Amino acid sequence: MPASSNHGLSLNVNAPAGAAATKENAAAMPMRMTISKLNFFYGSKQILFDINMGIADKRVTALIGPSGCGKSTLLRILNRMYETVASSRLEGEVLLDQQNILAQDVTALRRRVGMVFQRPNPFPKSIFENVAYGPRINGFQGPISEVVEKSLRNAALWEEVKDHLHKSAYELSGGQQQRLCIARALAVEPEVLLLDEPCSALDPISTAKIEELLVELKNLTTLAIVTHNMQQAARVSDFTAFVLTGQMIEFSPTPQLFTTPGDPRTEAYITGRFG
Amino acid sequence: MSARLRWRKFVSNFMLTLTGVCALVSVAVLFFILGYLLFNGGTSVNWAFFTQLPKPVGEVGGGMANAIVGSAKLLLIASLFGVPIGFFGGIYLAEFSGAKVASVVRYAADLLNGVPSIVIGIFAYSMVVLPFKHFSTLAGAFALGLMMIPITLRSTEEFLGAVPRMLREGAMALGASKWKTIKTVIVPAAYRGILTAILLALARVAGETAPLLFTAFGNRFWSPGLGQPTASLPVMIFTYAVSPYEDWHRQAWAAGLVLLGLILIINILARTILSRGIAVPRS
Repeated sequence: MPASSNHGLSLNVNAPAGAAATKENAAAMPMRMTISKLNFFYGSKQILFDINMGIADKRVTALIGPSGCGKSTLLRILNRMYETVASSRLEGEVLLDQQNILAQDVTALRRRVGMVFQRPNPFPKSIFENVAYGPRINGFQGPISEVVEKSLRNAALWEEVKDHLHKSAYELSGGQQQRLCIARALAVEPEVLLLDEPCSALDPISTAKIEELLVELKNLTTLAIVTHNMQQAARVSDFTAFVLTGQMIEFSPTPQLFTTPGDPRTEAYITGRFG
Repeated sequence: MSARLRWRKFVSNFMLTLTGVCALVSVAVLFFILGYLLFNGGTSVNWAFFTQLPKPVGEVGGGMANAIVGSAKLLLIASLFGVPIGFFGGIYLAEFSGAKVASVVRYAADLLNGVPSIVIGIFAYSMVVLPFKHFSTLAGAFALGLMMIPITLRSTEEFLGAVPRMLREGAMALGASKWKTIKTVIVPAAYRGILTAILLALARVAGETAPLLFTAFGNRFWSPGLGQPTASLPVMIFTYAVSPYEDWHRQAWAAGLVLLGLILIINILARTILSRGIAVPRS
């Protein structure tokens, strides 16, 4: 792993009570990705204002905030998915392993920074072919079925699908489809996995399974999750960023943010006074 | 029951009947044509019709083997250049072009689609027949192929556009380039619709007569290669139907029946192919 350090981040670690509740020393966490002085525009409309934060290595970082606050946009910047929208403009710096993501080939970047979307979006192919897709298009030459099995196991789906790998992916339930999409993303062994409200279209049981899975996946990769569900952020994440109208209000270790928020707006949001 | 409610019920029932009758009429037309063709041409469709050349006037029997093969050749060559141009043009329109270019091309394609087929025939005549100085299979196929381009282009564009955005994003998020996304996800997700549209385009031009009249012309014998005038089923139907001979009229009906039958078979084949594979569910 390349050397990574705390890159001048504004992690809020000044609340003593919260810091005591946090096992991790946030300031000392190695960062996989760092975002500094990020401003983002769609046309003339500014969506994000001066964002500074980091995505800690092998941890789950959650982005929370009310609808339309820009948290999904922020996530989509990390793999440059925002570029599919014309007239978008970005100022500032986003680093992956200390390298500017804007200077890289976008397909290479997206291979390293995977993404799982709001609604399960398996391809109209078999379960097997869905998982094999990423390695195949990236020129994987080895034994593909091993990669497929490993990825499905890592996504906690293998036992459920191992006997009908060649059935259509659409025959799976919504929750299974979403885990298939996670397996598909894991198959290219991304360094960072972005999840854009991955449970918003799922029932509570499927949601619980995915949440369990996310905690497991920390051993494999670095995760960043957008969620509108504060309980979910509290359950699965190590760090939480609270975004409001395009501004980063607070970015702290999760227990601290939820127990002793440093900003009155954070407190108002997590106690349900708006949002 | 109040008068108002009675009136509403009446209107509702009336519209139900009206729409039902219209639906019935549209289906009935097909069955009527089919029945009429069967009645008039059924007796003339026999083995000889498919295997023999036309007999001279007065001789009973003979067939239209040359016209069947001629039509097949015309359609094959027409698709060979009409379908790829329309298909790739449609991909460009749906995936690469900006809104302005797309609207211009789309409009042009619609205009081309609306050009009367006889005008397409004249165009093919001046572009292919005049330089080569004789009628040919190639000229006829050129005319038919031109007619296939706008249909293929527009339907390709439409079906590609209907592929959910989240499938594209899913592929791109795995590091697929734009072209790879199109090739491996978008086109496979849309191919059923595109294939159906291509077959419909094929069926449509299969029955075109006007553009063949002065391009492929006609031939009472076999037409080897691509450089000679060739018989085709629609032109044969036209020639035989306007002739004064009773036997030729029967043959024309038979040809009509065969043409319709071939188109039907293409359609059924297409549907069988399409029922395989995995379709994107509508959400």
